[in-house]
Amino acid sequence: MYIYDSIDRTLVAERVAEFRDQVARRLSGELTEDEFKPLRLMNGVYLQLHAYMLRIANPYGTLSSRQLRQLAHVARRYDRGYGHFTTRQNIQFHWIKLEQLPDAMADLAAVGMHGMQTSGNNVRNITTDQWAGVAPDEIEDPRIWAEIIRQHVTLHPEFSFMPRKFKICVGAASHDRAALRIHDLAFRLHRNAGGEAGFEVMVGGGLGRTPYLAQTIRPFLKKCDLLSYVEAVLRTYNQFGRRDNIWKARIKILVHDLGAEAFAKEVEAEWQSIKDGPLALDAATVAEIASRFVYPDYEALEDGPPELAAARRADGRFDRWVNNAVANHKKSGYAIVTLSLKPEGGTPGDATAVQMDALADLADRYSFGEIRIGHEQNLALPHVAQRDLPAVWRALDALGLATPNIGLVSDIISCPGLDYCSLANARSIPIAQEITRRFHDLDRQRDLGRLHINISGCINACGHHHVGHIGILGVEKNGEEFYQITLGGEADDHAVLGTLIGPAVPYAKVADVVEDIAAAYLDLRTGPDELFIDTLKRTGIEPFRERVYAAR
Amino acid sequence: MPLVENGRIVEDRYVRVAADGPIPERVPIIVPAQRFLAEADSLVRRDGSLGVDWPNDRRVAELEPWLGHLALIALNFPKFKDGRAYSQARLLRETYSFGGMLRATGEVLRDQFHFLVRAGFDSFEVKKPADAAVFAEVLARYSVYYQPGADGRAPALRRRLQGGAAPKVRETA
Amino acid sequence: MASPLERKIKITGPVVVTANRVADGAVIYRDADGDWTTSLDAAAVATDAARAHALIAEANADDLRAVGAYIAPVELTEAGGRRPGNLRELIRLSGPTIELPVTFGI
Repeated sequence: MYIYDSIDRTLVAERVAEFRDQVARRLSGELTEDEFKPLRLMNGVYLQLHAYMLRIANPYGTLSSRQLRQLAHVARRYDRGYGHFTTRQNIQFHWIKLEQLPDAMADLAAVGMHGMQTSGNNVRNITTDQWAGVAPDEIEDPRIWAEIIRQHVTLHPEFSFMPRKFKICVGAASHDRAALRIHDLAFRLHRNAGGEAGFEVMVGGGLGRTPYLAQTIRPFLKKCDLLSYVEAVLRTYNQFGRRDNIWKARIKILVHDLGAEAFAKEVEAEWQSIKDGPLALDAATVAEIASRFVYPDYEALEDGPPELAAARRADGRFDRWVNNAVANHKKSGYAIVTLSLKPEGGTPGDATAVQMDALADLADRYSFGEIRIGHEQNLALPHVAQRDLPAVWRALDALGLATPNIGLVSDIISCPGLDYCSLANARSIPIAQEITRRFHDLDRQRDLGRLHINISGCINACGHHHVGHIGILGVEKNGEEFYQITLGGEADDHAVLGTLIGPAVPYAKVADVVEDIAAAYLDLRTGPDELFIDTLKRTGIEPFRERVYAAR
Repeated sequence: MPLVENGRIVEDRYVRVAADGPIPERVPIIVPAQRFLAEADSLVRRDGSLGVDWPNDRRVAELEPWLGHLALIALNFPKFKDGRAYSQARLLRETYSFGGMLRATGEVLRDQFHFLVRAGFDSFEVKKPADAAVFAEVLARYSVYYQPGADGRAPALRRRLQGGAAPKVRETA
Repeated sequence: MASPLERKIKITGPVVVTANRVADGAVIYRDADGDWTTSLDAAAVATDAARAHALIAEANADDLRAVGAYIAPVELTEAGGRRPGNLRELIRLSGPTIELPVTFGI
């Protein structure tokens, strides 16, 4: 966990003071909405259908128990007692009043949290693997590099008014859990043939109206060049990205229009002129940032303690949960526990203040005070001793956070959709809820195996529907909600965009279509070992399309 | 539209000349980009400070041959949200070592001041008189920054290495 | 429902002018007295383009109290009340169509 020092805390406090002044000027009429809007957006304040919304950054998805308790406090005091975790590892509150926002932000600043750059045309929250620092398959902790980038781009004098938002992701594991290729700019730490660790640089990914996967423009970048390279990419984009059309303003369009090679040339030229300047990272600088990441003082424990095995034998529900929600930790005797925010009939990603408080207590007791947020809108306790798993499970179960559906059909990624969002064309949440009710039977879900459903309520694709195994996109036709279905998308190492299977279906039929697709898979698979996505790759979408539209 | 330089509201010494028409003698002038490029050879020999009004969609590299003769470059913010001139300013200062004045024109509001100063601007045509009046006050909003900037303040990383930060508080977040 | 701001103004039935209140973001409607109300039933209804344009012009001029004013369709009920003219407006008036998490589970 990164420990804020006086510099970090001063900056956040000064930001709150500035925002308080801006809100006062808006409320007094000194600022028009046109003038105020870009300012509030730079602080994560949107205006949604019913109220203002505040989005709070959780850099690289790491939260302390103290921060989580403060989020619970903000939910209770300024909102309606809950918050919504997003696909950018952030949390947002949907019912905030503008006049109370400066106070809410001051309360957050007290624990080093803020809404800076969670909206607006700047560099957004830097994301990474939610298992960073604990995953057995990573070469080093990517959060150190994410933090170096985070600091550099915060209130950056050159890149706070870019053509459009800019999303950066850093990964360091052999398995991509952070969806690198759907980012504007992504860095994958790996070792070159000489054994040196450096970054593969990918640029130009993004979903939305024109989805693209990021392309590699540099297979290996030395660590010392990370910031100067970020600067060169951002400078190229800031100058040449389109500003005449909001739908063509993301860097992916610039990369596509120029071609990745020409874009890379432009970046390299700029980079050559700055790489040996003040942004070159020396070992002392990196060590300074790294030194402020504090790691748990783990006990020396053996894997597979007997009390765990006994508990698994004694209780089938516990055993199923362990199989589903518990992952290997790089430290022996420990485990990573994923907490499902996808209960049957619930809103994906929502957590109540009661859950947040209780979870903060659990984190203190069992996870060295640390909580993680994943882009799949679930949470994790990253450092649980295996012997504590039965106790953790009982507590989570009582909180409604132990649904053993991680990675299964009811573990749905969904944007807030038309129930909250002013951009949405159609609702997302009730579609997700209905699907979880249809697949109520956990044995059936387990039989279907790994199956990712992603739902977006409009083309902006906050629910990442393009990269869902089953993608659902809400559209509007003559005032009615309709949904386009895509199949075969993937966000991980084999990132690929899904294919539209046919005409959009009405609201009431979406869950039926998902059931048809699931049934088609069960018929088509070679056996229970062939995953949904693998069957789809083998057969193509045609047999699924036939199944869905035959009856319609 | 008040002009702010050195933290104070000042008279504008420069005269803006049109795309055509006469060029006054000996007074400081700001010439539109097209005309500047067309007449640069004679303009740089003229007696009196020379400035150019440079649009935000042209590469500043085009100005390189003339930078030694330019006392001022005016860069434009057609909208608050259009931040291309920040990159132009940094390129001029850092890549081309331009030592003259950089003037921000257009939609220049108080909430940009610290970005502008740190990108290398030192002359500001401020849209609202009320904003110009609080220029210095607004710049004092922030006492720390993470990245190096043209205002010469030590970035956070360097301050930490030099022990310039207040003692670390070993307190989570 | 496409964002109403993207739509051309054309009046094919009764409409109201709606916005969000600056101070708290609440959904508000323009009333006949040039004020704002949170009650759709108290909103001024326009049935011709001239009246609708007049209402939206007044609303846009009130930047101090209202954000993002636009024209929204309504249906008139037999009892003299109004119903939102589409799902988006219904959700704005009545809130999300889902149970809020506070009452869900724990």
